[in-house]
Amino acid sequence: MAALAAVLQSRSLGFPWLLRTWAGGARGAARGAAGLHDYDLLVIGGGSGGLACAKEAAQLGRKVAVVDYVDPSPRGTRWGLGGTCVNVGCIPKKLMHQAALLGGMIQDARNYGWEVAQPILHDWRKMAEAVQNHVKSLNWGHRVQLQDRKVKYFNIKASFVDQHTVRGVTKGGKETLLSAEHIVIATGGRPKYPAHIEGALEYGITSDDIFWLKESPGKTLVVGASYVALECAGFLTGIGLDTTVMMRSIPLRGFDQQMSGLVTEHMVAHGTRFLKGCTASRVERLPSGQLQVTWKDLASGKEDMGTFDTVLWAIGRIPETRSLNLEKAGVNTNPDNQKILVNTQEATSVPHIYAIGDVAEGRPELTPTAIMAGKLLAQRLYGQSADLMDYDNVPTTVFTPLEYGCVGLSEEEAVARHGDDHVEVYHAYYKPLEFTVAERDASQCYIKMVCLREPPQLVLGLHFLGPNAGEVTQGFALGIKCGASYTQVMQTVGIHPTCAEEVAKLRISKRSGLDPTVTGC
Amino acid sequence: MKIPYFLLELDQTEPSLEGGASAMMPVEEYWLCLPASHIRPFVQTVRVMGACPPCCWFPMSLPPVPGPPRAPAGLRRSSHNAAPPPPPLPPPSSAPSPTAPACSSADPKLCPSPSTSACRQEKIVQSGMAYQDGSLQKLLKMNGLEDFPGPYDYDLIIIGGGSGGLAAAKATAKFNKKVMVLDYVTPTPQGTRWGLGGTCVNVGCIPKKLMHQAALLGQALKDSRDYGWNVNEKVKHDWEKMTEAVQNHIGSLNWGYRVALREKRVTYENAYGQFIGPHRVKTTNNKGKERIYTAERFLVATGERPRYLGIPGDKEYCISSDDIFSLPYCPGKTLVVGASYVALECAGFLAGFGLDVTVMVRSILLRGFDQEMAQKIGEHMEEHGIKFIKQFVPIKVEQIEAGTPGRLRVVAKSTRSDETIEGEYNTVLLAIGRDSCTRNLGLETVGVMINEKTGKIPVTDEEQTNVPYIYAIGDILEGKVELTPVAIQAGRLLAQRLYGGSTVLCDYENVPTTVFTPLEYGSCGLSEEKAIHKFGEENIEVYHSYFWPLEWTIPSRDNNKCYAKIICNIKDNERVVGFHLLGPNAGEVTQGFAAALKCGLTKQQLDNTIGIHPVCAEVFTTLSVTKRSGGSILQAGC
Repeated sequence: MAALAAVLQSRSLGFPWLLRTWAGGARGAARGAAGLHDYDLLVIGGGSGGLACAKEAAQLGRKVAVVDYVDPSPRGTRWGLGGTCVNVGCIPKKLMHQAALLGGMIQDARNYGWEVAQPILHDWRKMAEAVQNHVKSLNWGHRVQLQDRKVKYFNIKASFVDQHTVRGVTKGGKETLLSAEHIVIATGGRPKYPAHIEGALEYGITSDDIFWLKESPGKTLVVGASYVALECAGFLTGIGLDTTVMMRSIPLRGFDQQMSGLVTEHMVAHGTRFLKGCTASRVERLPSGQLQVTWKDLASGKEDMGTFDTVLWAIGRIPETRSLNLEKAGVNTNPDNQKILVNTQEATSVPHIYAIGDVAEGRPELTPTAIMAGKLLAQRLYGQSADLMDYDNVPTTVFTPLEYGCVGLSEEEAVARHGDDHVEVYHAYYKPLEFTVAERDASQCYIKMVCLREPPQLVLGLHFLGPNAGEVTQGFALGIKCGASYTQVMQTVGIHPTCAEEVAKLRISKRSGLDPTVTGC
Repeated sequence: MKIPYFLLELDQTEPSLEGGASAMMPVEEYWLCLPASHIRPFVQTVRVMGACPPCCWFPMSLPPVPGPPRAPAGLRRSSHNAAPPPPPLPPPSSAPSPTAPACSSADPKLCPSPSTSACRQEKIVQSGMAYQDGSLQKLLKMNGLEDFPGPYDYDLIIIGGGSGGLAAAKATAKFNKKVMVLDYVTPTPQGTRWGLGGTCVNVGCIPKKLMHQAALLGQALKDSRDYGWNVNEKVKHDWEKMTEAVQNHIGSLNWGYRVALREKRVTYENAYGQFIGPHRVKTTNNKGKERIYTAERFLVATGERPRYLGIPGDKEYCISSDDIFSLPYCPGKTLVVGASYVALECAGFLAGFGLDVTVMVRSILLRGFDQEMAQKIGEHMEEHGIKFIKQFVPIKVEQIEAGTPGRLRVVAKSTRSDETIEGEYNTVLLAIGRDSCTRNLGLETVGVMINEKTGKIPVTDEEQTNVPYIYAIGDILEGKVELTPVAIQAGRLLAQRLYGGSTVLCDYENVPTTVFTPLEYGSCGLSEEKAIHKFGEENIEVYHSYFWPLEWTIPSRDNNKCYAKIICNIKDNERVVGFHLLGPNAGEVTQGFAAALKCGLTKQQLDNTIGIHPVCAEVFTTLSVTKRSGGSILQAGC
């Protein structure tokens, strides 16, 4: 029956319209009536994208359910509603990053006349508890928001039964069947463990665990060079822990490589150790409880060893698609990475099943893109909108000790698309005013604007390395969205004295070969 | 510490490369190639007549000083050049016109191409005719252009070595022009003086942002305990240590400017400049030594200085923002008089160090700024322990006891009644406004008009005063924004127009700015009041929201204090005409949005832009509540 309805709906243009009118007319009193199904919209995954889509659809008068279930990490860590960003991503990492920044500010404060008693020690327990309490309050907030908007929430693990039906299993093993006219898959991803390293799964943790540790991780080895790896290593170093990053090849793959190089250069100066060109081969637990890691230097072929209290794998993430029984619904995935294939409407191979966020193939793995994609999808489905999500020029920021904000193309990408002769790069090394009195080194504070060479020199990308990079980048991302040219940015009067004003003063092109160091003000 | 000592030494050193600018381009050699008989004093008349045929050289390429080759002047100049031999120079890359490189040939005899010289002769003949018929002479006389004093010592003399003046000097020097900067700091009533660089560097933006940062770090120390750092509960602040660090940084900037001018071969004189006749200034240094210089053009960029109340005891006992940043002792309990951004910023950082601070306000806070934002700033400051005495003005300041700091008694009178009140403070800081330094420059001697009431100088879009060869930029301009980056932009663009053939004007619209109060306020474009006035209330839509910076959640402070507001013109596609932000790092956030406003940002584009998570700036991508709707903008507990 359900399958038949699905065929009818997907084939007939008239029927969904009729259904919509009917459901709309029944809004309020007959809210429960969703036609042939339990719900108008079922969202699988209560993360940023899923919740945004569900709330928007409910706002538009639809009957909506969200199912969310967190499989415990191999270490047994679990969390509440809200997905990666809130629980094991952006929020706790930015807060721990802030804790680390405050450590730097305490040092600065002495230069600014504050008589801080020494030594200053950091208490992991206290920080972690504060962070975890904040996250729990956000979990609660999400629950309340769903309730306020009359979105039904199920804490069940979902898998497809057919194209319109999902089976949910509670923690206790109780089963529920839910059917819906439209289904959105927004299950996100989880950290990957290495497959063939002895002891990796047994003794290692991931970003799913680090924010929920009750005790300090101590001396830590972070394996990987993704932004997750570098951010974690950065704040661990910042709160005073002995931290080492082991990376196989390049840092921040996909980001501008000059900037990435500066990011790691700053981290080295900031006290993080790096084992470059190395891969771990074995993790063992010593009688002392410490972990002994064996690795291989890829260049020399030599093996080496070190002991750590914690090994954190940050080698990538895999989409949460395996337990969804997608084949039952006929949803296609990319066999290489298991991500769900989608079109510009976010529709999967099954027209009434959609996928948004990290689980969808080719999408930036970022909270705000998932949120916007979710909202726009709901508006297209129920709000007579035709607006598609624009995945170009998505700004982002890496919260390493020296923050890296970027939007648009990397220099490499710009050159690849337009050719070296057609790209002009303006750049500057600058010193934040606050660094002067604090006697901080600003060697890596650097800005680069990648433009087309032909007037009016359209801005293709902006890369900013320095304090508050996220705050600086946001507005310029908007400028690029509005088609800003180099000339327009230069005509913008600076705000003095800020770091951001240096963007509006980028006058030295790479091609000129002139010294890009900013002098004076 | 009050005066950076090494600067005083510096100021007495004769710049070693004086007159070096001319070495960049052999000006003398150039005018020597000209047939002297055809040269009239009024080379400028070429520009005035504007009858330049297409074959002619561009006015900008005109050698700046082609006066009659009078020997004494020539000798004088060459004596300037004698000290450092002009280094071999590559042809200037930014040649102002196609003919200029040809003319900078080392051999003067090779210089003018036949067509150029013919053309020039024609020009000069024409100008000579105009000169003879007398009409032009009258015109020029009116403009203070008569009495040409012979070859000019400089192409451009800039009076005032602040942000604008220095930017113009450096930009002009790039075009191989001979430039002089005159800078002299008249000591404050308390005797404070400082080095090269003007208000921003010495007694403005730079020290205030550093002291603001010091205050923010005090907050950071408190926050850090909640983030797991075992910082002691009571952390004391050492004013002298901070001030010394700040002054050391300023000293390095002063030095940097000196070096930069020297490198660019700009002559710098630490002397007070006054016009004494057309194209002529007299300079007086701190030993009273006078000199006279001439220039083809002048740029007045003298800026402003803090205003005094004109009440008993103000100059004797009060300080101003000119003094606070180098005060050799902690000011203690302070009364800040005024509600300008200077007043609120100073009050903010002083309170941040734990000092007892009171602000006395005559009428409204932050006049000229969006008043809703101003009010929120005031509320936030009050919640953080700053006291406000509103609608009172001081009428008398007396010293109870001398000292560092001493004790002062302030008597103030209500603006609404005859009520008077009295208070005792260690320091009284006046921040009631600033006055242009235009009244003692001899501007009347050369006929430059100023607004008699405000002392400000009205200029054209090209920053030209009513006397065509005298320009003005920066805080002294009538009806323009008083901001360092604006002065810099104006100075640089002016130089490019005068000497680089550019036509780009300084755009004084949509200038972003930030007030560094404890809760920073960034804005760009129109205030809500101005938008209503300009477009009508029914034609604007205001979107707004409170927000809670993620970093503030852990210390659990100041929820529903940070505020974002944009003002859109409904009739123009909801184009954003005003941007206002109250929150941490407001300056960093506002800058990019200012660039977007420059590109004609609309609300739709704002909505389509993806946020950066989790930062404060992303709030602008999700503004959905209009003021008109009256919808709630409070953030829930989390």
